[in-house]
Amino acid sequence: MKSALNGKTMAGLAIMGFFVLIAIVGSWLAPYDPSAMSSDIMEPPSGAHWFGTTQTGQDIFSQVMVGTRGVLIVGLVAGAIATALSVLIGVTAGFLGGVADEFLSALSNIFLVVPALPLIIIVTSFLPDAGDFLIAFVISATGWAWGARILRAQTLSLRQRDYVEAARATGERTWRLIVFEVMPNLTAIIASSFVGTVIFAVLSVITLSFIGVASVSNWNWGTILFWAQNAQALAQGAWWWFIPAGLCIALLGTALALINFGIDEYMNPRLRTSIGGKVKMRVGFTPVLRQEGGRS
Amino acid sequence: MRFLLRRALFYLVTAWAAITINFLLPRMLPGDPVQAMIARFQGRLSTDAIASLYVLFGLDTQTSMFSQYVTYWGNLFKGDLGLSFTYFPTPVSEVISQSLPWTLSLMGVTTVISFVLGTMIGVYAGWRRGSWIDSLLPIATFFSAIPYFWLGLIAISVFAVTWGAFPAAGGYEPGLIPGFDWEFISSALYYAVLPALTVIISSIAGWILGMRNMMVTVSSEDYVTVAHAKGLPERRVMLGYAARNAVLPSISGFALSLGFIVGGTLLVEMVFSYPGIGYVLFTGVNAKDYPLMQGIFLIITLAVLLANLIADVVYLLLDPRTRKA
Repeated sequence: MKSALNGKTMAGLAIMGFFVLIAIVGSWLAPYDPSAMSSDIMEPPSGAHWFGTTQTGQDIFSQVMVGTRGVLIVGLVAGAIATALSVLIGVTAGFLGGVADEFLSALSNIFLVVPALPLIIIVTSFLPDAGDFLIAFVISATGWAWGARILRAQTLSLRQRDYVEAARATGERTWRLIVFEVMPNLTAIIASSFVGTVIFAVLSVITLSFIGVASVSNWNWGTILFWAQNAQALAQGAWWWFIPAGLCIALLGTALALINFGIDEYMNPRLRTSIGGKVKMRVGFTPVLRQEGGRS
Repeated sequence: MRFLLRRALFYLVTAWAAITINFLLPRMLPGDPVQAMIARFQGRLSTDAIASLYVLFGLDTQTSMFSQYVTYWGNLFKGDLGLSFTYFPTPVSEVISQSLPWTLSLMGVTTVISFVLGTMIGVYAGWRRGSWIDSLLPIATFFSAIPYFWLGLIAISVFAVTWGAFPAAGGYEPGLIPGFDWEFISSALYYAVLPALTVIISSIAGWILGMRNMMVTVSSEDYVTVAHAKGLPERRVMLGYAARNAVLPSISGFALSLGFIVGGTLLVEMVFSYPGIGYVLFTGVNAKDYPLMQGIFLIITLAVLLANLIADVVYLLLDPRTRKA
């Protein structure tokens, strides 16, 4: 397990942990009410307002702190629902095969090809009052297909392994085969598809808030950018209004991507960058590792 | 050939599914778009107009769901996507056909540049694993995690507002009349620089990372070792043996990530007020212009399906195994 926790993964987990902490305690630690107006209008960052103030005198630091929760809730809830869906559909398709597989694969391929963001935008704007959980649900309904595809492929290769055949021969039921024999070997892929979906969900919810489809009274980082754009913060040179929220998004995205790299390198050791310094691919470089299962 | 037929059939089914979703959405969801419209126009709509709106949205309870579905298909084949509210009384199809060329050219050029450049950098990074290029990977990751639209905002603030080198919004010089003369085209190119750079910078990292990882995996295959052993020049082994095989997942991934790229491009257009389909979608969303939004979703989906079909043909040309099957 040690190799899974290399520098990249640790850095990713640390940043992620930091944001989770802010999501939990942010609304108590925030120095001001994020919606409260004051007479400090459009002030650059100072000791009283760390990230400056908006056109109506709202404290941007408080908005970022309070907004963290909405982003993480939608990201994690959508990630969890979508991962559950992709496990259900991908593993079932891969394990059952035949007509069920054909149908479920076609279904996930359709969801893969249809552009997700326009679909999410349209569905959300039809909904009269789009709160965090409703948005999380819409995002997960469009974001499960990628994971399902990868899980199906891996299940296909796993179900023919000897240990599964042995379990089948002893008369284990199908659901037991799936849950106790196949699933444990999919853990790394499930984890990585969960992290990938969380990235997708976070970007989606911020986008929805930014273009004003999601309810703009709920604070999240996208809402801050929405108001900044509406008040023409750019033209007025109020860089402090949109820099902090954007950096938070990028930082959170990087953290999640780093965690995923860690999982990838754990599954495929050849991807590691830091084994013995410089490696050059030329004659004499004989890789010891073979791809699991080979090309059949 | 069978491969292509299978794919074409799949795209037909997908197109049918997208169209059906589009048909069902306003009928299944709890909101009542017509009530919203009436509220927005505050009594300025006549009863006739309200009745025709209900028919337009298919919320007309007089006719059955099935006959509505048939009418819907009939209208689609005539190219009739309804009337836009925001650009009333322009038909949706006309609004879309005016903005589509902008989006297609912006997206086409940036996607090709980003894919080719990213793949080449990925080839080198993967071939020289552990060299200084690897230290660029975290930076690439950071850039790929930045939302397209935020990068666009920064680009506007730095290059348009502070520096003033590029225009902040629009697709061409305001006074010009669109046409195929040098003055208009050069202006359009000048206005496209910032949006294009934004899209390229935020999408290139994905191609670099994907290609690098695939190159690392392929580099240790036996056929690469054999090619080295034959004494072939390193360049040839890298490009002709390793990269040629490593690029296959990128090509098939290209089709799948297209939907994602489209989403990003739409957002960049919104930020730059670029006269493409994304900006029209933005105005449509803000005005709750449902016919326009649905028409755009349909066109985008069909365009993505077509692009996927093209990617499949390319894949067919590159991978002989699919031709045999």
